[in-house]
Amino acid sequence: MSATVGQPRQFCTLGGQQSVVAIERAIPIVHGGPGCSGKIFGGLSFFNGFQGSGYAGGNAVPGTNGCERDIIFGGEQRLREVIDGALKVMDGDLFVVLTGCTADLVGDDTATVVSEYRERGVPIVHASTGGFKGYNHLGHELVVKAIIEQLLKPAKAINPKLVNVWSVVPYQDTFWAGNLKAIRELLEGIGLEANILFGHDSGGIGAWKRIPEAASNLVLSPWVGLSIAEVLHQRFGTPVLHYPVLPIGAVETTRFLRTVAEFAQLPFQPVEDFILKREGNFYHFLDRAADFFMEMRWDLPGRFINISDSIYALGVSRFLVNELSLHPAQQVVTDEPPEEHRETIRRNFAELKERVSAEVIFSNDSDTIGRQLRKTGYDLPPLIIGSSWDRDLAREMGGFHLSIAMPVMDRLVLDRSYVGYEGGLRLIEDIYASVLGTY
Amino acid sequence: MSTILQHPRHLCALGGQQSVVAIPRAIPILHAGPGCGFKLHTGLGSYNGFQGGCYSGGAALVGTNVGEKEIVFGGEQRLREVIDGALKVMDGDLYVVLSGCATDLVGDDIENVVTQYRRQGAPIVYAATGGFRGSNLHGHETIVNAIVDQLLTPQEKISGLVNVWSTVPYYDPFWAGNLTAIQDLLAGLGLRTNLLFGPDSDGIDSWRRVPAAELNLVVSSWTGLSTAKLLNERYGTPWLHWPTLPIGGKETSRFLRAVTEAAHVDGQATQAFLDRQEKRYHYYFERAADFFLEFRWDLPSHYVTVTDAFYGTGISRLLSGEFGLLPLRHFVTDQPPLEQHEAIQQQFAVLSSELNAPLTFTADGDQITAELREHPDSAPLILGSAWERDIAAELSACHLSIASPMMDRLVASGSYFGYNGALRLIEDIYSMILSAVQ
Amino acid sequence: MSVEQQIRQRDAANSGTGVQIRERRLGSITGFVGTAGELVQIARAGELAERERSFTQAGTCSSFCATLQLSLIQDAVVINHAPAGCAGDFPMFNLYNRYGQGKRNLARQNARLLTTNLNEQDTIFGATHKLVDAIHKAFRAFQPKAIFVTASCTSGIIGEDLESVIEEAEQELGIPIASVNCEGFRSQIWATGWDAAYNSILRKIVRPPLQRQLDTINIITFIGDDYFSELLQPIGLKPNLVVPFTGVKQLERLSEAGATAHMCSTLGTFLAAGLEREYGVPEVKSPPPYGLDSTDRWLREVANLTGKGAQVEPFIAAERAAIAPQLEIHRQRFAGRKAFVAAGPSHGHSSMEVLQDLGFDLVGSCMFHHDARLDHGDPTGDSLQAATRHTPGLSYGVCNKQAFELVNLLRRIQPDLVVVRHPSLALSIAKLGIPAVFVDDEHIALGYRGLLRYAHKLANWLANPALERTLARTTKLPYTHWWLNQPPFSMLGEPR
Repeated sequence: MSATVGQPRQFCTLGGQQSVVAIERAIPIVHGGPGCSGKIFGGLSFFNGFQGSGYAGGNAVPGTNGCERDIIFGGEQRLREVIDGALKVMDGDLFVVLTGCTADLVGDDTATVVSEYRERGVPIVHASTGGFKGYNHLGHELVVKAIIEQLLKPAKAINPKLVNVWSVVPYQDTFWAGNLKAIRELLEGIGLEANILFGHDSGGIGAWKRIPEAASNLVLSPWVGLSIAEVLHQRFGTPVLHYPVLPIGAVETTRFLRTVAEFAQLPFQPVEDFILKREGNFYHFLDRAADFFMEMRWDLPGRFINISDSIYALGVSRFLVNELSLHPAQQVVTDEPPEEHRETIRRNFAELKERVSAEVIFSNDSDTIGRQLRKTGYDLPPLIIGSSWDRDLAREMGGFHLSIAMPVMDRLVLDRSYVGYEGGLRLIEDIYASVLGTY
Repeated sequence: MSTILQHPRHLCALGGQQSVVAIPRAIPILHAGPGCGFKLHTGLGSYNGFQGGCYSGGAALVGTNVGEKEIVFGGEQRLREVIDGALKVMDGDLYVVLSGCATDLVGDDIENVVTQYRRQGAPIVYAATGGFRGSNLHGHETIVNAIVDQLLTPQEKISGLVNVWSTVPYYDPFWAGNLTAIQDLLAGLGLRTNLLFGPDSDGIDSWRRVPAAELNLVVSSWTGLSTAKLLNERYGTPWLHWPTLPIGGKETSRFLRAVTEAAHVDGQATQAFLDRQEKRYHYYFERAADFFLEFRWDLPSHYVTVTDAFYGTGISRLLSGEFGLLPLRHFVTDQPPLEQHEAIQQQFAVLSSELNAPLTFTADGDQITAELREHPDSAPLILGSAWERDIAAELSACHLSIASPMMDRLVASGSYFGYNGALRLIEDIYSMILSAVQ
Repeated sequence: MSVEQQIRQRDAANSGTGVQIRERRLGSITGFVGTAGELVQIARAGELAERERSFTQAGTCSSFCATLQLSLIQDAVVINHAPAGCAGDFPMFNLYNRYGQGKRNLARQNARLLTTNLNEQDTIFGATHKLVDAIHKAFRAFQPKAIFVTASCTSGIIGEDLESVIEEAEQELGIPIASVNCEGFRSQIWATGWDAAYNSILRKIVRPPLQRQLDTINIITFIGDDYFSELLQPIGLKPNLVVPFTGVKQLERLSEAGATAHMCSTLGTFLAAGLEREYGVPEVKSPPPYGLDSTDRWLREVANLTGKGAQVEPFIAAERAAIAPQLEIHRQRFAGRKAFVAAGPSHGHSSMEVLQDLGFDLVGSCMFHHDARLDHGDPTGDSLQAATRHTPGLSYGVCNKQAFELVNLLRRIQPDLVVVRHPSLALSIAKLGIPAVFVDDEHIALGYRGLLRYAHKLANWLANPALERTLARTTKLPYTHWWLNQPPFSMLGEPR
């Protein structure tokens, strides 16, 4: 059920537009109303870490800007006009037509229009992403599946070292660009080749065409991406490794790398050497910061509360518990995972560490979240890791706050990442910067 | 002439103790009063990015804690006691004895004491770091040169090996991350770095390797130059001095080209590496541009630097040379030797004749405040130490702490060096501005 | 039934509550190429015809504009009856809100914005029950003085009956609740959103005057700092900046002012005309006070309407004299520099006047739409004519914010400066290496002193175009060589 939401933390299916923007030299084409694309850009990209337009995003996105006439008479002809124009005007390697509410509600046969172009050899696909269908996590998956189903062909040979990575959702995760880069570096460090598919230097359509060559699909998130891996398994037989916790800090990253190494049957020693070196660096700095944790004279945060997508809520919780020995209060998961995935998520929160567990509530409505969290008293200032919407709540509760979840309106984010060994150090710095900055 | 300092930005020569702490498995031994080590630890470490004591610093610092007795009767015996104990109790590879004001003033012959231990085979050196001798930057140099002088012996040259002498550990809160960044960048050129400080250093082994390097790379404003000259005299190693922080696309590439030439690396391979790095950097530069061009509220058009010359020049070149900001004033606070002043002035002036701003050499907070008050309506971006928070508030300016002392940030491996360092700095500056007004 | 008839039917159904779209009400268009003088003439003659583009890039919709105004009313709540994506602009409005609160010494708190989050089921079975829930939720959480329910493409297409829900809720809760007919697809002119928002305010909030406040001037504007006081206080008047950062009580009393004036007549036309029509509050019809001549004219009209004729002439003379020396310095500094304006009317026209007064050589302009007339119908309000009274031959286009056209055009013209409004365009221009100044605070350039303020801002921006140069050197625009070699407006169809 999609209830009314105050202060939204996700947008509609058409948000998949941003996943297209994240693919190198891909061009989204929006067949919808005149305001959709700009609103999505504003909410998912600009006022979310001030992530910029990108190559063909922002005001460059071609769109049919549907008007009354298109509603009454249908917009297929208009769509053809805009696709024709886009193919001439926009310099791209892949075109993805996304439908908005208007086109889907009035029943435009976008699939047929687009397939006409594809049959003529144009690299163009279509995704039915009318906003009312769901949230932008769904939109992301729909866009990905559309490319897979409409463009990819079975591989001639499998590359044993190649792994496709299905992890953070571009733009929805404000730190997606740095995170994907960090994931790639980690996997390369243990001897694999990671096909990250989104972001700078990810290879564009060439990389997407290599998807069927991969020896495995790594789903590195609690639930988003599982259905993509399922489709790939059915089509190309590629095995799936599901690791539901985003690796932040040494404990989790080491566990992650060993799990992947075992799955990929990598030789033992090089993996361990890599892990040892990285752990050494991480713990050097954790040790260095320990003076601060032990001896800071004023209120350091007591319990922590995550108010974010399941991928961050879980990953950050594991990190804070395992590396900083902080204690969890209630955790709030805001990305509305489908029912069938909630049990796994609950279980992961229950097993953060031996004898440390956290209760989790699923809600994306600020009013509900606020009322729930205010029920508890806190003797030490709580640390709230959420979105910018939660600044006031943190202040009200006398706590500290760091924005990492969409929308991040109070930070400029470039390639910062919280993934991996180095990412854990960055998170420590940022959390305590926000604590220290209040003095 | 050293003036009175309000809100000082550097400490005394004994502060070089932190440079010893920064060498893996090196043990500082202070022959000084009971409070020095702790004060210097809090001022250069704890309340400067909350850099902790690590292996041998903080509460682990070894010291003679000289009292009335040693002042009156001399402290050499005391020193021997403590060195004996340190050699037994402290698990280290290198021991560095440092003198404080008290022991230097009363004339203990520490050099003699230490030399005797060294003759017996202990890896131990001594540096004269009585606080009155100068700032902790001088202390750092003194210590480095002492280790070079007393410990090193000729080695066979190793091809492609480069010693890196960069910013003063702990004093520059980002020193550790910077060294890793330099290592990664030079690796991209196919060079192997010999780091003397920080977690990527091999400690005493790295020091012993110093004479084997083909090049000494001095990446700092002025500290390290005397070391490079010493090494050139002793071992014939050439050096390259790069006095400005390489930060951002233009400057980092310029730096790497200079290193390529000095280290006789294949230019084409370097260019390929630079191309990849620049491409990635400009992807994020472009991404940030939307924000710079279209953020609705007052972003500062002018900036002030209150840092050492290394950071001041580097950051100016990034903000003015790549992002179009205008410099309002520069303050150089690390008290460089007088003979460096002209060169430093030229380094700041390089951007263009219209983009010059007044430059003051001072470490005195009172003078800095007074001069900034001459711009009451400017509301600039102030990049300096945490002392500058008040004047920033007074001028309705935005402020980010990037220089010592930094009491308002925790620094782990963060760095502003190189291509990535620029992105990190831009994120930090503008996130601070964004957060302050919401 | 023809499209025309269908649209008229829908309009008639809405006419009890909704506002008519600009295409019909004001003859507005989104495509034109020619000169400023030609456009003025054709529009005046009632012969302005739309030219449509085959290829388009994403625009902006009425929903965005309506919500922008309403979300900043401090004690109201906005409920967007839509799927979650239409709330994509909520974070932006929240930032505007918190920044503005800070500047005005109001307590910082999140903007009060909800979405009914329509899903597939709702589109089949309807979702008025959700709207009922949302209204109650909003009332409980915020105790607002008013609630605005903004429509969406989806709510419009599936035929949600907002009015019945609202009527019942109003009776139960005792506060005004207004629907806002800003469905995105209704209009290609996103400014229709302003009209829809103001229509709701006129219908449900504004009350008959209790007492006239003749020395108060309503100024219909966005969120800029208050520079209007500079112009009005010296002649014994005070500005009432509306609608952002007002409260419902303040809006109830819009009818009491001595006059209504504009920061941008395209923005406020519907509201000002409505206040005059229903409450006799006279509308200042001269173009807004940007540039010397327009500021003189505006002040004189304001003074005339409020009986301040005696004060105004000495004030004008004194201000002009006070800024003259500095202005001359700036004119010399900017002499010969080529400028271009890409913005919405009429604020874009105001920018044109300012740039000309500062000595720039205006080489062209491209506005995002054009209204053939304003609601008051009086030709003295023609801001384009005012801005180009000495330069009717100025190259002029109407480009609906289409970046591919602007980039193509500017690449050929290569001005030294582009003044640009609307998010995401400044980047495209900067990537050409051309300095692009984004219009953030709309008020900064107004009046006499504003010329100096703005000159200072422009001088700072032009002093070091390193950002634009680096972008030009290191980035690629997403257009084909083929397109960049075509005439800029070759995708524009013939007049309909």
